[in-house]
Amino acid sequence: MSETVLDVRDLHTHFFLRRGVVKAVDGVSFSLRRGEVLGLVGESGCGKSLTALSLMRLLPKGGARTIKGEVLLDGENILERSPAAMREIRGRRISMVLQDPQTSLNPVFSIGDQLREALLRRHRAPRPQLTQESVEALRRVEIAAPEQRLGQYPHQMSGGMKQRVVGAIAIAGQPAVLIADEPTTALDVTIQLQYLKLLKRLQVETGMAILFITHDFGVVGRMCDRVAVMYAGRIVECGPVRRIFEAPQHPYTRALIASVPKMTGPIGRLTTIEGQPPSLMDLPVGCRFASRCVQAEPRCLEAYPRTVQVGREHTADCWKVVPA
Amino acid sequence: MKRFIARRLMQGAVLICMVATIVFFLGRLTGNPVDLMLPEDATAEDRAALTKTLGLDGSLGDQFVIFVGNALHGDLGRSIRMKQPAVEAFFDRLPNTLVLIPWALLLGMILGIPLGVVAALNRGGLLDRAAGTVAVLGVAVPSFWLGVLLIFVFSVELGWLPSGRMGGPEHFILPVVTLGTFLVAGFMRITRSAMLEVMESEFVKLARIKGLSEGVVIWKHCLRNALIPVLTLWGVFVGNLITGAIVTETVFAWPGIGRLTYEAVIYRDFPLLQAVIILKSILILSINLVVDILYAYVDPRIRLA
Repeated sequence: MSETVLDVRDLHTHFFLRRGVVKAVDGVSFSLRRGEVLGLVGESGCGKSLTALSLMRLLPKGGARTIKGEVLLDGENILERSPAAMREIRGRRISMVLQDPQTSLNPVFSIGDQLREALLRRHRAPRPQLTQESVEALRRVEIAAPEQRLGQYPHQMSGGMKQRVVGAIAIAGQPAVLIADEPTTALDVTIQLQYLKLLKRLQVETGMAILFITHDFGVVGRMCDRVAVMYAGRIVECGPVRRIFEAPQHPYTRALIASVPKMTGPIGRLTTIEGQPPSLMDLPVGCRFASRCVQAEPRCLEAYPRTVQVGREHTADCWKVVPA
Repeated sequence: MKRFIARRLMQGAVLICMVATIVFFLGRLTGNPVDLMLPEDATAEDRAALTKTLGLDGSLGDQFVIFVGNALHGDLGRSIRMKQPAVEAFFDRLPNTLVLIPWALLLGMILGIPLGVVAALNRGGLLDRAAGTVAVLGVAVPSFWLGVLLIFVFSVELGWLPSGRMGGPEHFILPVVTLGTFLVAGFMRITRSAMLEVMESEFVKLARIKGLSEGVVIWKHCLRNALIPVLTLWGVFVGNLITGAIVTETVFAWPGIGRLTYEAVIYRDFPLLQAVIILKSILILSINLVVDILYAYVDPRIRLA
């Protein structure tokens, strides 16, 4: 159970623009075990999505390059594989669900076409068999009357249904790792919960590992086994969900958890974090959170803190934390 | 869909009435066919007699009333020069124009669409700029010049191809190239911009996540979406080819409706001119309608809406 399926080491993905280098992912390390759900949490622009795209090696056009680090999938560094070999890996060993279901499906092909195409990646089978498998794939993601749905086009479905189809496509190749990049952000709140339950069920059934990217701590609590908190291109704290909720160590994590609205207790103003994250083009030499940190000391501005083991499987990048 | 077609047909009828009125009055501004038909020294009686025979003796208003009355019965008059019903003259020549169009379109698409895809894939690169240059040249070169140049090189100097008139397959080459050159540029540019837009979309990302090959991603997932604006252009081009083949057909002495239009104007053959313009308009409106229906076929969002 504790076997590592995905090991990301010191990943650097930067945007090389005419006006400078944007260090969007700047030394990210984490590992994912078989059958585990790891949450990757952080605010907009902290590099979560770019980390995911780096793992898929599908970086956006316009100067983004992974310049350093290793992505070990079952021990094999996929950053070194040829583009053709990488295509064999995508969909079958590592796959991804995108944020916006409205634009994730090709509007001019039927659901059946798009599913069969994904299923063909698993094995070459005659069309009737693929159609039968498509029906099963849709049933698995809890779509009613799947036989009728196959002939339909994306615009004939609701957002929640489309996202379930995207899910079915993503796991059609039976990947060992699924990256879910804010899959519920674009859905209605009531549909969100259904989708999360579905994803969790699929994860338990298939035993795949999920890297779950979100900015919502509520979702983390529901979905994840462990959580990694990202800030300005780096992971600042990582640990089991319970530990992070009960005893967050990094001041940023503490501030984030404090800013989650509570449904109990007296009604007051929401807690916020003062200031802005640093520019990814001009990062400070010291701790990246120092300028907003209430506990910052001179040494926090001078050097980036080392990663400290603060508990079992629990690490934090902060000068002030006490090693376990 | 039925209501949509019915509405479009109504709009078309109104448009045709307007076109007919305009061409009737505009044509008569060019002068009098009698001046062209009789010698300089013809007597006033001869002129009056011919004017009467041609039905040009009444006032402009009276002539228009007669024209409308006849047109409503489907009679667009007899060609002055060709001594046959104008509609008949049009339909005699129409097939000659139509046989050119598919080839010109085919040439335009076969060259233009792949060029557009290649340009989009190499955005900002050498191939993109090269394709862009081809496109600008294709649009900038006027067909009367290109036509004459092709005749000069391939007929006069090399003697490989006939310089004009209809005949075997070799007669088609120069007119088709002349017509198609203009289209290459249009197809290339619209394919390029549509591809660039589509390639950025999320569903293309999902196609790559599935592990599909670049070929399938580009030529299937992207191109099928990029073909939607290409199809619109198709409608515009077919219309252009029918009406705009005037110059090319004249240069190559091609007996199609383009040349017929030219002749009708030159000889002040009013009934023929009116018939040609009205029938061309009907043709173009029908093509646009067909394209809209085709549109619905390619894009299921329109088909099923």
